[in-house]
Amino acid sequence: MNNPSSFPFPEQASNLAPGVDWIFYTLTALCGAMTLLVVALITLFCVRYRRGSRASRANANPRSLPWEVGWTLLPLPIFLAIFFWAAKTYFRMSRPPKGAMEINVVAKQWMWKIQHSDGRREINELHIPVGRAVKLVMISQDVIHDFYVPAFRTKQDVLPGRYTTEWFTPTKPGKYHLFCAQYCGLDHAIMGGWIYVMMPADYAQWLAQGQPPDSLAARGERVFYTLGCSGCHAANSKIRAPLLDGIYGKPAPLSDGTIVTVDDQYLRDSILLPNKQIAAGYEPVMPTFQNRISEEDLTAVIAYLKSLGSVERNDP
Amino acid sequence: MNTETRELPMTLEPRANYLNDGHSIRSWLLTTDHKRIGLLYMVSITLFFFVGGAAAAMMRLELLRPQGGLVTSALYNKLFTMHGVIMVWFFLIPSIPTVLGNFLVPLMIGARDVAFPRLNLVSWYLFIAGGASALWAIIAGGVDTGWTFYTPYSSTYANGHVLAMAAGIFIAGFGSIATGLNFIVTIHKMRAPGLTWFRLPLFIWTIYTTSLILVLATPVLAITLTLMALERLFGVGIFNPAMGGDPLLFQHLFWFYSHPAVYIMILPSMGVVSELIPCFSRKSIFGYNFIAYATISIGVFGFLVWGHHMFVSSQSVYAGMIFSILSFLVSIPSAIKVFNWTATLYKGSITFQTPMLYAFGFIGLFTIGGLTGLFLAALAVDVHLHDTYFVIAHFHYIMVGGAVMGYLGGLHFWWPKITGRLYCEWLAKLAAVTIFAGFNLTFFPQFILGFMGMPRRYPVYAPEFQVLNVLSTAGASILAIGYLLPLAYLLWSLRYGKPAGANPWKATGLEWKTSSPPPRDNFANAPVVTEEPYNYDAQAAELSLEENSHA
Ligand code: HEC
Ligand SMILES: [Cu+2]
Ligand SMILES: [Cu+2]
Repeated sequence: MNNPSSFPFPEQASNLAPGVDWIFYTLTALCGAMTLLVVALITLFCVRYRRGSRASRANANPRSLPWEVGWTLLPLPIFLAIFFWAAKTYFRMSRPPKGAMEINVVAKQWMWKIQHSDGRREINELHIPVGRAVKLVMISQDVIHDFYVPAFRTKQDVLPGRYTTEWFTPTKPGKYHLFCAQYCGLDHAIMGGWIYVMMPADYAQWLAQGQPPDSLAARGERVFYTLGCSGCHAANSKIRAPLLDGIYGKPAPLSDGTIVTVDDQYLRDSILLPNKQIAAGYEPVMPTFQNRISEEDLTAVIAYLKSLGSVERNDP
Repeated sequence: MNTETRELPMTLEPRANYLNDGHSIRSWLLTTDHKRIGLLYMVSITLFFFVGGAAAAMMRLELLRPQGGLVTSALYNKLFTMHGVIMVWFFLIPSIPTVLGNFLVPLMIGARDVAFPRLNLVSWYLFIAGGASALWAIIAGGVDTGWTFYTPYSSTYANGHVLAMAAGIFIAGFGSIATGLNFIVTIHKMRAPGLTWFRLPLFIWTIYTTSLILVLATPVLAITLTLMALERLFGVGIFNPAMGGDPLLFQHLFWFYSHPAVYIMILPSMGVVSELIPCFSRKSIFGYNFIAYATISIGVFGFLVWGHHMFVSSQSVYAGMIFSILSFLVSIPSAIKVFNWTATLYKGSITFQTPMLYAFGFIGLFTIGGLTGLFLAALAVDVHLHDTYFVIAHFHYIMVGGAVMGYLGGLHFWWPKITGRLYCEWLAKLAAVTIFAGFNLTFFPQFILGFMGMPRRYPVYAPEFQVLNVLSTAGASILAIGYLLPLAYLLWSLRYGKPAGANPWKATGLEWKTSSPPPRDNFANAPVVTEEPYNYDAQAAELSLEENSHA
């Protein structure tokens, strides 16, 4: 192991870890004190008021109301404080910062497939530079999995049919466990791998290794042509279908009158379940591509459609 | 409480009681006597407990080494599924309500039986039919979905006898509903004259609340399992997104039942402890009304916190916040109870017989279990701890440290009433201490394992987790001995135990006013209640002690 964790304290290797640990240790102190108090009181009473002891038993039944009110109200502010503290941290954990490096993760029984935006692919390994925010966009090909990196103190279920995201900024170079935390069948326990957090120089070296592959978007463009999307969606097509340039992140009016923002999930659903949401003003002629496109190709096509976002729209 | 029963002689056999009221197999299998039905349940859940325990033992042995090697992953997955299903639905949920509840509810309220004695017997048959279906699923090859049956794994991908297992739980569930209904009606309608709601033993309050949860929540479980089965059998797309379903819907439905189910398991134990503490400290319970209200509010709040199992499932962040704060709030009534039990000891006249040892064990372990629940209710911390061994440790402190300790405490307390015999006290104390020690050694290391990041449901694991796993397995062996001891000495007491007499603990409560074992119809004369519950007097207990020593 590169990083023998200082047992029993797990390594803190992300920007999220110290925040989580602070709450954890505070809770440990509070709850420890509480347990000790209860145990001490019980022990004290057991010794003092054991049968046959000389302690006085007069007025053995004090009025309970003031006590009850006291120990109902006392924990309340403490609980509320802990709640707010943990909720604030949770909120931060659920909002990836702008400009985070986006990496696609496809989970399947029982491996993790990683796609970097430059097209580089890894299996059960993830190489990332230290100090840069990373946002994972994750999807499962089959059952529910969970991308868990204890050293980063974060995890997120990876669902079939729905993109979920997870983010962190690694703060310490090293090699860290990646675990699947959601039971997913036979080899759940070995559906893991390693996260390599690298110094920028080492990371550059890693990037320089081997042939630089096509970028994810370039691969997506190829898929877009081979699957025949371009036959309908190109500007000069005979079939009336919406142009897809620049739609990412913009509002899309639907035939039922609602307006949604185009995001990864919307693009995904448009391709797999085209009849779920139909673009306003068009006939629902687009065929479903469910079972015809793999999760990785789908990620690539979506990356391609997103890259079109930067292109100026031609005159319609 | 005042009843007009004559003093009964200390001899056993000649007098008619529910045990010698017919010796044929038929007289047991077709009985409608709530006491005999309680015993039928006791025998069946004990069998299930040791089946589920055997699965746990094999898991703990597998985990001795990081690379495993004792069982295959496939078998390990079946073992933890079997352990979970059996322990939750065929031991913990029925344990106190169907064994002690069946035996005691009519006795404690001064009734001759439950409201619907035949329905009561039907409940047991449903339970056995469900149990048989689950056991069949296990023997025929097993199920590897985990006791949570998460979709789409369970509905589409899992092999094995998922449907038979689910059918078992489904059928047993109807037994639970019928039992709940029976208790609710019994407690409403059949209380002895003078036994007002606020004179009821707290055990009855907890059984009442538990029954409400059983009746309201179990149908949701039945619906959920049915939907899962529909998807698995006919491909109706409900939970599998590939068929247009939503996998989170399953989790919402499942936990809407399964979180309240935690209270089904723990509330009756709290009821038992509320009987034990006053009796062995010769004090009236501190804050009776508050404990009763706390019981009800735990039952109600328990229905509103299911989403705390889904903080990393991609449930909305705002929903997460609401479930988090409600989970903090639900812990307050539990804390109230712990404080009240502690305060009851104040100026008591405390003795340390076996049931009291279990009560102390319960308070300690339940306190730790409850407080570690706060870690999991705190959103950001749960992101790290969810689905790790921390969760395993937490709920075992509640469900084994809490619920099982309560059950054993109750069993030891009412055993003389149930059987008419006393067990060997020093062995029983030894067992109680062994269980307490073994339990802590088994489960405390798992809190640390979880914090270090070891996920649950792993037959093989990273080497740095080994030391704590070895400790845990060592604890489990001690725990196993602790659980086998009572089996031995309680069985022994059936034949060789000293006769107990009607009231060996000098306890208040109507069940102690009749002979041990009670007659078929419970009371020779219908009891009338004129006093508050827990009418103990520590001062008098001390005085009588002094008089005895002077005499
Ligand atoms: C047979 C012609 C046809 C083919 C082939 C086709 N589409 Fe479409 N597509 C349409 C039409 C028509 C619509 C508008 C109606 C609708 O929303 O279903 C559309 C809508 C869309 C939308 C939603 C656009 C918006 O503005 O809401 C996306 C995204 C999309 N298609 C992507 C693809 C991709 C990717 C492929 C290839 C895998 C593809 N389409 C193949 C005809 C086609
Ligand atoms: Cu998994
Ligand atoms: Cu819960």
